[in-house]
Amino acid sequence: MNIEGAAVVVTGGSEGLGASLARELASRKARVVVVARREEALRRLVDEIREAGGEAHALAADVGDKLATHAIAGAAAALVGSVDLLVHNASTLGPVPLRALLDTECEDLARVLEVNVLGPFRLSKAIVGGMVLRDRGLVVHVSSDAATSAYAGWGAYGVSKAALDHLARIWAAELEGTHVRFLSVDPGEMDTRMHADALPDADPRTLARPAEVASRLADVIARSAEVASGSRLELSHEAAR
Amino acid sequence: MKPARWPRSDALSERLLWIDPASGAFGDATVEALTKLPRRGDLLVVNDAATLPASLVGATAEGTPLELRLVAREGDDDRVWRCVVFGAGDWRTKTELRAAPPPLPAGTQLRLGADLSASVVERLAPRLVTVRFDMSGDRLWSAIYRAGRPVQYSYLDGPLELFHVQTSYASRPWSVEMPSAGRPLKWSVLLGLRARGVGLARVTHAAGLSSTGDATLDASLPWPERYDIPEETVDAVSATRRSGGRVIAVGTSVVRALEGAARENRGELVAGAGRTNLVLGPGFVPRIVSGIFTGIHEATATHFALLQAFVGRPLLERAYAHAESVGYLGHELGDSCLILDGVAASYPTSR
Repeated sequence: MNIEGAAVVVTGGSEGLGASLARELASRKARVVVVARREEALRRLVDEIREAGGEAHALAADVGDKLATHAIAGAAAALVGSVDLLVHNASTLGPVPLRALLDTECEDLARVLEVNVLGPFRLSKAIVGGMVLRDRGLVVHVSSDAATSAYAGWGAYGVSKAALDHLARIWAAELEGTHVRFLSVDPGEMDTRMHADALPDADPRTLARPAEVASRLADVIARSAEVASGSRLELSHEAAR
Repeated sequence: MKPARWPRSDALSERLLWIDPASGAFGDATVEALTKLPRRGDLLVVNDAATLPASLVGATAEGTPLELRLVAREGDDDRVWRCVVFGAGDWRTKTELRAAPPPLPAGTQLRLGADLSASVVERLAPRLVTVRFDMSGDRLWSAIYRAGRPVQYSYLDGPLELFHVQTSYASRPWSVEMPSAGRPLKWSVLLGLRARGVGLARVTHAAGLSSTGDATLDASLPWPERYDIPEETVDAVSATRRSGGRVIAVGTSVVRALEGAARENRGELVAGAGRTNLVLGPGFVPRIVSGIFTGIHEATATHFALLQAFVGRPLLERAYAHAESVGYLGHELGDSCLILDGVAASYPTSR
């Protein structure tokens, strides 16, 4: 897709991969709406992007909150127009330190699914109908190798990411024949707060920089028309933990 | 017509009254059957405007309560809006019985939520003002979506949430009330139509307020509304008409956009944004639109006047009397109506 001039929504954009992707897409002249719960961090990011000559807007909202869905979709479209690219990057690990399923509270699993699966589903539902009507658009699900490998202690998160991958495949199957496309992207291990929360002993020098990963993700988005809708892509082939 | 007081769980089983002006027949179907009623080569045009949380409850700096309803943005500045104002009370009271707002001279400060404030720029009528919000851009839109609620209707069982008033293809939030004709159109119907060779196109039209509570203002409705017609829609309309297909508007807002734009351009549909003051009524002859799919409302002179562009009054009255006698529900959440020449041939159980 043509990133220049595209109306973009990135969730979980106040830090880590989301913030780097917002900077990267704005530097490629996209019109970017960044969504996250923490308004102060969002404001700093948006100010920084604007100072660099890019277009960015901040929406403080929790994608796990059902009533925020149409507020995000509506305010985003008011600010940048009908959305061309939706990146579901926001996600939660659930309680850390990570714990075994036997020690995972049911409510914690429910909250992880609410943020990591239901949230993206609801926001897609609010935005993808317009894309189908216009017969163009791209939705990116940010996944994890925990979606495909069963790591002990990663139960809630892994289940949610496996569901998110499958959600992208089913969207793609149902919208076959349209030019609205879905991709799941595993960004690989990055030096982010989430990674430190999950694996505090990891050596950051062995981890990819979010900015580099964001640049590769933007490249994938730019040539997404060459990839079958519903595909799952791995941005890095580095060894898993 | 009894109103539907709450969204029903299965839009596809809602009732659809079809009227065939060419044969004078009418009959009952469901929304699900809409996939079978148009013909291959017809074009369905929807309004993809999302619905704003246009009702903002607040008070003046002195603490006098009021409700502001957004009407339309003035020009390109997202801070300046024309608004209808009500005094104390809420949506459970019919608009025409709502208390008058306090006097609102220019400069009056308004607080409309924890982080939303505005000042009155101009008082245009006792219930009509222009206001300027104190912020713009993402701060303004965040605050509007935090503080605002959808415009409500006094017949409702309870207040509607924002998700209740969106169509399944809503995009830019231009409408201050739901473009409700499209409400029952789920994607199974839209994709079903597309699979049968019926085209799907869009306009964005800023559907306005249905009522202000002020007889003088109400008499001047609808006010000019902005629209945007994409190039793809102009192409689809021309191709449809060239090949003998019919253009079916979903709702009067689509008729206003297409016919208003054509009227501005000597009968030719041209792509682009504009503002129309076209009023549909007796004597209005559509040049672009052949039929309409729309909601059923009270059988009043105003509602009939809108539909008379597509069907003569006697047939409309007979069809509506039938619908009322068999229990159709009306208004924004109510049943639907398709007025289209030749539709009886697609639906054999005509009366």
